[in-house]
Amino acid sequence: MSWENFLILLSGLPYTIAVTFGALIIGAIFGIPVMMLRISNVWILRTSMIVLIALVRSVPPIVWVFLIFFAIGTAIFPIEPLPAALISIGAIAAVNMAEIYRGGLAAIHHGQAEAAVALNLSKWHTFKDIIAPQVMRVSVPLVATYAIGLMKDAAVASTIGVPDLSYQGRYVTEMTYEGLTVMGFVGLLYVAISLPVAWFSRVSYNRLKRKAAV
Amino acid sequence: MSALWADTTLAELLEWLPLLWQGFLINLQVTGITIVLGLPLGFFLALLVRSHNRWVHVPAITFVEIGRGAPALVLVQFIYFGLPQIDLTLESFGAAVVAMTLSSACYISEIIRAGLDAVPKGQHEASLALNLSKSDEMRFVILPQAMKVSSPSLLGFAILILQSTSLCFSIALPEIVAQAYEIGSISFRYFPVLVLTAGFFVVICIPASVAVGWLEKRNASKI
Repeated sequence: MSWENFLILLSGLPYTIAVTFGALIIGAIFGIPVMMLRISNVWILRTSMIVLIALVRSVPPIVWVFLIFFAIGTAIFPIEPLPAALISIGAIAAVNMAEIYRGGLAAIHHGQAEAAVALNLSKWHTFKDIIAPQVMRVSVPLVATYAIGLMKDAAVASTIGVPDLSYQGRYVTEMTYEGLTVMGFVGLLYVAISLPVAWFSRVSYNRLKRKAAV
Repeated sequence: MSALWADTTLAELLEWLPLLWQGFLINLQVTGITIVLGLPLGFFLALLVRSHNRWVHVPAITFVEIGRGAPALVLVQFIYFGLPQIDLTLESFGAAVVAMTLSSACYISEIIRAGLDAVPKGQHEASLALNLSKSDEMRFVILPQAMKVSSPSLLGFAILILQSTSLCFSIALPEIVAQAYEIGSISFRYFPVLVLTAGFFVVICIPASVAVGWLEKRNASKI
């Protein structure tokens, strides 16, 4: 593999990171209302969220990406590959983040909410100052693990033309016919990026366990 | 909504259904073969990873971690576009099966390893006391207990395999997403055909994940 081709491959790296991080942030934000509705006391809200979560999870990411890019793009308004990828993969992330938050919420001792009631804190303050910070802390290792999975899902953005690592790998492969070397390198690059994140996940999990927050 | 639906008639939907079904059959075939080949390969990998010999453990865990760390999309293209470099050309179905099997075996090995690790040490010691051979111990004592722990996760993973077969779109396998894409590019009615495609996955995956959840609950109450 020549130096130029190597640089072409590396030029995909920012896009891979942008799609992954962008989708993760969208997911982290929209995951909160999805989770709140999912645990709502109102039957209809709760059920509709259960159905929505099941629907989003049961359809492969590539179909979601195509739905946003081709269906919205041809029928409603033209949409660029990058925003289309961010919307679709961000929606998948929102649903999965909601489930991570829900797991974190279940790990918070109910005494915390009771103490807040005893202190006459409003519902909003209980959530914002007591529950949410603890949920966030408990969720950190899981979110880090999920980010690795999300990066792998984000590779489907290459199928609609986002010039990420996989896309450039395919491009260089078609130019050089050296798929084994090129795609092998791309695969290892993905692994290399996920290593520090996996390390961070383990460290934060161990720290959490030491503090015995859960 | 009407713009998305683009006056698609019921007759058109019915015309697409068999085409999509043909594609979906390929997804199901690749999934089936992947499970049949991936389970034994994954079990074998799990044994290698659990080996106390460093020269066996390190290569095995490296293989598993790379297989799980690289996106399946990249692995599929690695096999399909890569093997010709060493004068070994697989058609898209063969490449799909090889890539999906390798990738799945890595995940399966970790699921099985967790199951094996969950079997209490006393079971191994008891087998030693009974003078069971190593293979008998595995077959009659350890594996049945390990599989009880692993089976819900394995079934859950089978659903993920079905979903990831759609990535073989990228190597021109005429599976369901490729069919949908083709119908879309001819009729320019992407939305209805993609919704129909999503429907195929929903119909299989939602009941399957409900069943897996039920199995998990039942298993948890037993242990």
